[in-house]
Amino acid sequence: MAHQLNERLDGVRIAITGGTSGLGLALVDELTRRGARVAFVARTRERVDEVAHGHPLAYGIVGDVAKKDDIYPIALQITAGLGGLDVLVNNASSLGPVPLALLADTDCEDLELALATNVLGPFRLTKALLGALAASAREGVPRRPAVVVNISSDAAVNAYPQWGAYSASKAALRHMTRIWDEELAPQGIHFLSLDPGDMDTPLHALAVPDADPSTLKRPEAAAREIADAIAAASLLDGAKSAREVEAVGVTP
Amino acid sequence: MIAAHTPEQRPRDARLLIVDAFGRIRHSARDAFVGLLNPHDLAIANDAATLPASLHGRHAPSGAVVEVRLAGRASLDAADVHRFVAVVFGAGDFRTRTEDRRLPPKLAPGDRLELGPLSATVESLLDHPRLVSLRFDGAARDIWAGLARHGRPIQYAHVPAPLALWDVWTPIAATPVAFEPPSAGFVLDWASISAMHRRGVAFATLTLAAGISSTGDPDLDRRLPFDEPYQIPASTAAAIHEARRQGGRVVAIGTTVVRALEHAASGDGVQAGEGVANQRLGPASELRVVDAILSGTHEPDTSHYQLLRAFADDVTLADATAALEASGYRTHEFGDSVFVERRNRVVRQVAA
Repeated sequence: MAHQLNERLDGVRIAITGGTSGLGLALVDELTRRGARVAFVARTRERVDEVAHGHPLAYGIVGDVAKKDDIYPIALQITAGLGGLDVLVNNASSLGPVPLALLADTDCEDLELALATNVLGPFRLTKALLGALAASAREGVPRRPAVVVNISSDAAVNAYPQWGAYSASKAALRHMTRIWDEELAPQGIHFLSLDPGDMDTPLHALAVPDADPSTLKRPEAAAREIADAIAAASLLDGAKSAREVEAVGVTP
Repeated sequence: MIAAHTPEQRPRDARLLIVDAFGRIRHSARDAFVGLLNPHDLAIANDAATLPASLHGRHAPSGAVVEVRLAGRASLDAADVHRFVAVVFGAGDFRTRTEDRRLPPKLAPGDRLELGPLSATVESLLDHPRLVSLRFDGAARDIWAGLARHGRPIQYAHVPAPLALWDVWTPIAATPVAFEPPSAGFVLDWASISAMHRRGVAFATLTLAAGISSTGDPDLDRRLPFDEPYQIPASTAAAIHEARRQGGRVVAIGTTVVRALEHAASGDGVQAGEGVANQRLGPASELRVVDAILSGTHEPDTSHYQLLRAFADDVTLADATAALEASGYRTHEFGDSVFVERRNRVVRQVAA
């Protein structure tokens, strides 16, 4: 990481999916510490209540982004809970088959789950929240772009054996991010695809159970980088593109 | 007119009847509406998202099954989600025409209502046996979660399939404050908003908690629309000022936008901020802000039609209604649309 900005995000309304473990939980910590108003989404009520208890200023929402019927109830609670939305972080991810499997051995259902969580979920939730994000971009004083961060992976660009379902879904998400950005940057909504690196998280433990945690990045470090990227992106204007923020924001 | 009965926001064959400032009528494909806007015009839409405001449950004292339709709230503040004005129906659902719905049990202050995960108390009757002020128990967060899980969009018998929130949120829907969709906004998609930008047409939004359109009870329907809180962003007030300065028109997408802008009219623009639209617009109303309206097709006995009378004279509107009938336009929220320019605009400009 070239520089630590640690910029404040006072009053910025941010929603994070997958917010009760790993990188998502670290983002709830980091962003609330920087003054943001945070809503977080996760599947299990007990975990949501637990994290909400530890973060009295954060707004906990129970829902599963992989389920079509959960999307609008989630979007409704995000915009009600925060009174609008400035930044969406699509962080919730599914590995696909656990343990990891060769693509030829991957059940269709496991690929479907990876696509539902990592591609369709972010697509649906972003679409349901675009009105709120566009309103934020139009109405900010001073004018400030809205930002959507999609959490990516080096598996989105590299072909690692056994990571097929996850890899293909993250590649789709990454490319979708680019297209959203091309289409909506003129309306003040910027889309970032950020790769946080290999972190010591529950997801990584599922994928590589015998990895030595000391060789992995701390999710807190990745959360700081993503928070910096959000701060940088919310200062974007016509002169700088989301690609440049991606390039400086996060260690590849 | 024929009711549009499929919940499709932008049917490819949607039509638009255009009434210009001279009362001339012509027909167009609705997806060509951006072509009616000129550079420097400003299109303003209502970006309210729609609440799942229909709640089924029981009236605890009698055990009777009821449907509660939330219909009003004092402010747009998301934390202020305990107290609502609501219309109470007896057993049944949207498949029965509201006019034919069973009455609720006799309601009294203090009565408890059990509505799925939500509980509420009837605080008072509002000069009508079916119109109540109710108060939900619990923290704001739990009320929102309960509405999100248990509530359904308010709907009417002309659409037979149950609606989901994605059917009623416009593409630009932002904060959930409307009780029924600000459905003129169904015409918008992101391609049309991009097309406006390319054409030099400005686009802005305001938020108005659009209320219910019908209760099935003549006494209550005469009281519609109820008071509707709204919020006009400073950027929208500035855009109106800029459009005026450039000689552009202010085009309202929907009656709710007219209601908010005319309520907030001030000097040669509007006052930004929050307000409560409580006026009735009709033939005697002088429009101070809005130059044209894009709206659904409205039957003459509705408050929406009354509002159109502020734009065009009765002879012109009668001609328009006849043209809508003759050409088989569809009505209600998923129906076709009209674009009506304010009469005498040219005369006003000359006078100015």
